[in-house]
Amino acid sequence: MHENPRNMTQGQFSFLPPLTDDQIKAQIAYAIKQGFAVSVEFTDDPHPRNTYWEMWCQPMFDTKDPAAVMLEVNECRKTWGANHYIKVQAFDNARWRESVAMSFIVNRPKYEPGLALARQEGPGRSIHYTVHSYATDKPRGERYK
Amino acid sequence: MATPTGAKKELKGADRYKAGVLEYKVMGYWQPDYVPKDTDVIALFRITPQPGVEADEAAAAVAGESSTATWTVVWTDRLTAADLYRAKAYRVDKVPNSPDQYFAYIAYDMDLFEPDSIANLTASIIGNVFGFKAVKALRLEDMRIPVAYLKTFQGPPTGVMVERERLDKYGRPLLGATTKPKLGLSGRNYGRVVYEALKGGLDFTKDDENINSQPFMHWRDRFLYCMEAVNRASAATAEVKGHYLNVTAGTVEQMYERAEFAKELGSVIIMIDLVLGYTAIQSISKWARKNDMILHLHRAGNSTYSRQKNHGMNFRVICKWMRMAGVDHIHAGTVVGKLEGDPLMVKGFYDTLLQPHTPVAPELGLFFKQEWASLGKCMPVASGGIHLGQMHQLLHYLGEDVILQFGGGTIGHPDGIQAGAEANRVALESMVQARNEGVDYLAKGPEILAKAAKSCKPLQHGLDTWKNISFNYESTDTPDFTPQVTPAR
Repeated sequence: MHENPRNMTQGQFSFLPPLTDDQIKAQIAYAIKQGFAVSVEFTDDPHPRNTYWEMWCQPMFDTKDPAAVMLEVNECRKTWGANHYIKVQAFDNARWRESVAMSFIVNRPKYEPGLALARQEGPGRSIHYTVHSYATDKPRGERYK
Repeated sequence: MATPTGAKKELKGADRYKAGVLEYKVMGYWQPDYVPKDTDVIALFRITPQPGVEADEAAAAVAGESSTATWTVVWTDRLTAADLYRAKAYRVDKVPNSPDQYFAYIAYDMDLFEPDSIANLTASIIGNVFGFKAVKALRLEDMRIPVAYLKTFQGPPTGVMVERERLDKYGRPLLGATTKPKLGLSGRNYGRVVYEALKGGLDFTKDDENINSQPFMHWRDRFLYCMEAVNRASAATAEVKGHYLNVTAGTVEQMYERAEFAKELGSVIIMIDLVLGYTAIQSISKWARKNDMILHLHRAGNSTYSRQKNHGMNFRVICKWMRMAGVDHIHAGTVVGKLEGDPLMVKGFYDTLLQPHTPVAPELGLFFKQEWASLGKCMPVASGGIHLGQMHQLLHYLGEDVILQFGGGTIGHPDGIQAGAEANRVALESMVQARNEGVDYLAKGPEILAKAAKSCKPLQHGLDTWKNISFNYESTDTPDFTPQVTPAR
């Protein structure tokens, strides 16, 4: 049977082949054109409810040049790229949205162990589930080595 | 109808209240000079009067029967501020291209309605009046709900933006699938479909409207197996996943019991059917707000009264009521799928669910300017006979804030359910990518899909299987102002 080979598919484009720098820049250009503020975030804990990734920089509210944003992406990659996930986010501050408008992965650690599911059996056949990312068994900075 | 007085104009005082039968328009229900107040509820009806009944009298009759009137004069009206409580028909227009039909505008004072009660609002507006003999047929086309009245309603328990934040999914339509076959699977087999579809790349799977607690699968069994599947898939993909657990039941008490169990098991979403009734919908909506639960509504039953143009009610009114009653998802048409839906009419439904204000747009069937008074947005769901080969059309017609549900289009994939889900996700992501890059994706859709399929076999096989499938039937519910049919594709 066909099995989906990916094990971390957060973001808008995780099912496509990794985006090239030109493709990333095109998405950033779209975001800027929509009036969104683009930001770069990174983490080594891919848990689906790990909401607060580390901020590489503040949302670039006033940056109108996609190349300038791309520079930040590449700086972040240089520092954290070997063993961190990095995503580009676009924030829309328009009334009735005031939230994230775009989010996509632009860097993955070399080795992605994925997540485990722990089950705690309870009464009446009910089970409490815990999704656990293998990487977090080690302290921050020592994961994905 | 005989007019004992033979009066032409509205009667006042002792003449108005003499025992007997009067035409509705002389009783005060027809007031062509009336200017609706900002706080009035306004309803637009499509009226087909009986032969011999004039349009303004028919409109007055509808106003009367949906507010204070009965068939004969009653003196007890004089104990009330009757002029205020009487609904007022104030405008009648001929329906373009339909010689025997009229659009009647009727204004109701807000004090006719209980705050925060769709049941009370609808008991007047679509109550007795639809069986009234003086009209051959009657259809509620649209309503203007005043801000003051809207503010008494909770609205969607979650809303589109908060839902996206909870799911951590942005910038693209969400993907779902309804488990098939809809009836007969055991809990264990049912959960298998859920697991495969979610692991393959969908965000949500869904119970169908008629999956409750039947001999082949009791509800607790379904809930337990589905949550095993949801959590497994979440761990396998590092994404938040959900299955709409249908909590519809024979009694409200059982509905709550099921909702509580869904919560205990950690589900992010529950589901109800429209046939629950408005009171139960508002109750479970408040429960959902209290318990951080997304609330999905399946519009089971609506086509019995929303599809034919001359009688019943337009689905856009259901959209308004459901945004007020408070649901987070509602099925609202696909344009290209197997179920009824003219593109402009569907846009009218989507705008009604998603926009903070909607202007007058007769071509979309929106007759009134509507301010939504910061009520949350309700996510439209497109479901029924859609497939990945239509991804460019779906993105174009339905936009980004929508859940695209490919049931058969996932489970029926020749390489299995995971392959079906993956194919849908790849098709969607490649289309969003192309749109953002500025490509004319509507024209070049098939090319974009073919290119994406080069690195995704499941997409190629899906395209091979479904590329020529379309449902080109004329819609029955079409706009009156720019007559057209669904274009053949």
